[in-house]
Amino acid sequence: MAKTFTGKVFVVEDNIDTDQIIPAQYLTLVPTIPEEYEKLGSYALIGLPDDKYPVDFVAPDSTKTPYGIVIAGRNFGCGSSREHAPIAMGAAGVQAVIAQSYARIFFRNSVATGELYPYESVERLPDVLKTGDEATLDFDHDTLTAQGKTYQLKPLGEVRPVIEAGGLFNYARETGMIAAKA
Amino acid sequence: MTLTEKLLARASGKSAVRPGDNVWVNVDVLLTHDVCGPGTIGVFKREFGQNAKVWDRDKIVIIPDHYIFTADSLSNRNVDILRDFVREQGLPYFYDVIDEPEGHWKFDASRGQLKRQYGSGFAGVCHTALPRKGHTRPGEILFGTDSHTCMAGAFGLFATGIGNTDAGFILGTGKLLIKVPETMRFYLEGEMQPGVMAKDVILHVIGDIGFDGATYRAMQWEGPGARGMDMDDRMTIANMAIEAGGKNGIFPADQKTFDYVDERIAANGTKSQYEPVDLDREQSFVFDRTYDVSKLEPTVAMHPDPGNRALAKDLGNISLDRAYIGSCTGGKTTDFLAFAEIVRGKSVKIDTFGVPATPDVVAELKNTRWDEHSVWDILTDAGVTMTENASCAACLGGPVDTFGRLNTPMNCISATNRNFPGRMGSKESHVYLASPYTVAASALAGRITDPREYLG
Ligand code: SF4
Repeated sequence: MAKTFTGKVFVVEDNIDTDQIIPAQYLTLVPTIPEEYEKLGSYALIGLPDDKYPVDFVAPDSTKTPYGIVIAGRNFGCGSSREHAPIAMGAAGVQAVIAQSYARIFFRNSVATGELYPYESVERLPDVLKTGDEATLDFDHDTLTAQGKTYQLKPLGEVRPVIEAGGLFNYARETGMIAAKA
Repeated sequence: MTLTEKLLARASGKSAVRPGDNVWVNVDVLLTHDVCGPGTIGVFKREFGQNAKVWDRDKIVIIPDHYIFTADSLSNRNVDILRDFVREQGLPYFYDVIDEPEGHWKFDASRGQLKRQYGSGFAGVCHTALPRKGHTRPGEILFGTDSHTCMAGAFGLFATGIGNTDAGFILGTGKLLIKVPETMRFYLEGEMQPGVMAKDVILHVIGDIGFDGATYRAMQWEGPGARGMDMDDRMTIANMAIEAGGKNGIFPADQKTFDYVDERIAANGTKSQYEPVDLDREQSFVFDRTYDVSKLEPTVAMHPDPGNRALAKDLGNISLDRAYIGSCTGGKTTDFLAFAEIVRGKSVKIDTFGVPATPDVVAELKNTRWDEHSVWDILTDAGVTMTENASCAACLGGPVDTFGRLNTPMNCISATNRNFPGRMGSKESHVYLASPYTVAASALAGRITDPREYLG
């Protein structure tokens, strides 16, 4: 059976930087401490301006988001190198981001942590989808289906096995680049 | 090959590399700080074991600098996590806030924000401190858990920012798999005119190529205009490669570089051998543009991103609530001297905060005298609220008690390097990025102002 994920989408525009994904005041939380990892999820995308994004990504009393897929425009994740950004989204339950393009470090951090799939879309999806739409992501065929339409995504290529392994360390072990865990 | 390609080829043991190649490089220096260090250490221990040892103690530099002068208990704890790790691993290059190796850091809010609360080893903002402490050697490969690590490219290094997982991997192995970027060349001609600074050059260029215009790419700076710049200017420009999405910024090393580097290495006793790379005659660029810097005017990046360019002279209608000078790019000694040149003998009209990048900058401003007065006093006499507590402070917002943080929506002009919504605190604020000259002139006028109005 094909590997798929079905969930609601949350739609954002261009140039969502890491201060909007996880504002600097929450960077005191250390992602490798389990309780602090959970807490980071509750702050995912909390820096989005309220006037443009009136819907909460994560409800105030929750650490999880009802939106498993984030749809974005150009240059998603620009700004700082904080790995807290893909981690906060992953901790909140995001499976994939589908953006027109990414800033380099966010993309790399998503792959290295294995927290989420950073897909690139061919079309500009924020113009055709809206927050709350149901969508199905097909990881084997690199497509997103929503509102009866199927959109092609760019294949993840060389980074796909890294995310599937669960991140850089698992991948490096699987391929013999570093020794297996004792 | 371009400078970046030559460095990556050498560090991966290959005779040549091409853009797009994925190569394992040997790392010369790994930098981390209080925000990403604890997570990096966590990754290292999780993956290599609780008793694992780092790959090379002498190649790790740890500089707490982000959330230091705050009563936030998690922030204070994070500095303690760094100290515990340094002690356990016996790391020589840790620029701690306090002097006691077994102590705990606790900021004392009752003593206020302005007076020094650090020990003798503290170094201030990591990217400015790194060269000052003799850790930037031409020809090396440097990774840091901070996006502005690319600042070190001013010294002819390959330097770029990474996340905690990559940094944890380096801590254990000393290597990282990276993709060779394409290189964009920026060829600078001419000399900057009075009132124009390096910040104007880089804001102009980012406005030109767009703030994702260098995504995944190296930005290489050459030409007489680049050679004419001092190290502080080159640092400002290399630093902001990331504001155009770039992987790294790089200047060829020259005699100015060697003089600066050798002096700092001697002063701090760090490793003294290094092997710079020279410019090849044959280089291929994905983009190549010449800029005559003598034509540039004081430039501003408007809310909400560093690529939203305008000229200061056209923004006189924007009134301001606050001015801020500080950060890795805007808090160096030369930045404060430029600022002081404008405000000397006058009074600022709006709340104005000054945060030196490093403790050396504090000392230099106190020791530099213009007539009878220290530059520090000239600044405070003009109404600038100066803190001795060198750190990142409000450049990235931080905990709510951070010095200079925008806690309510306001218009702020700032000599820092990033202005996305919420960057300096309140997400309803508008931050305008500009040179120290322009920030100073605007602080005097209370609206965005071309500094040439105040220069003789
Ligand atoms: S001063 Fe600002 S830009 Fe520089 S390292 Fe600190 S937070 Fe980052």
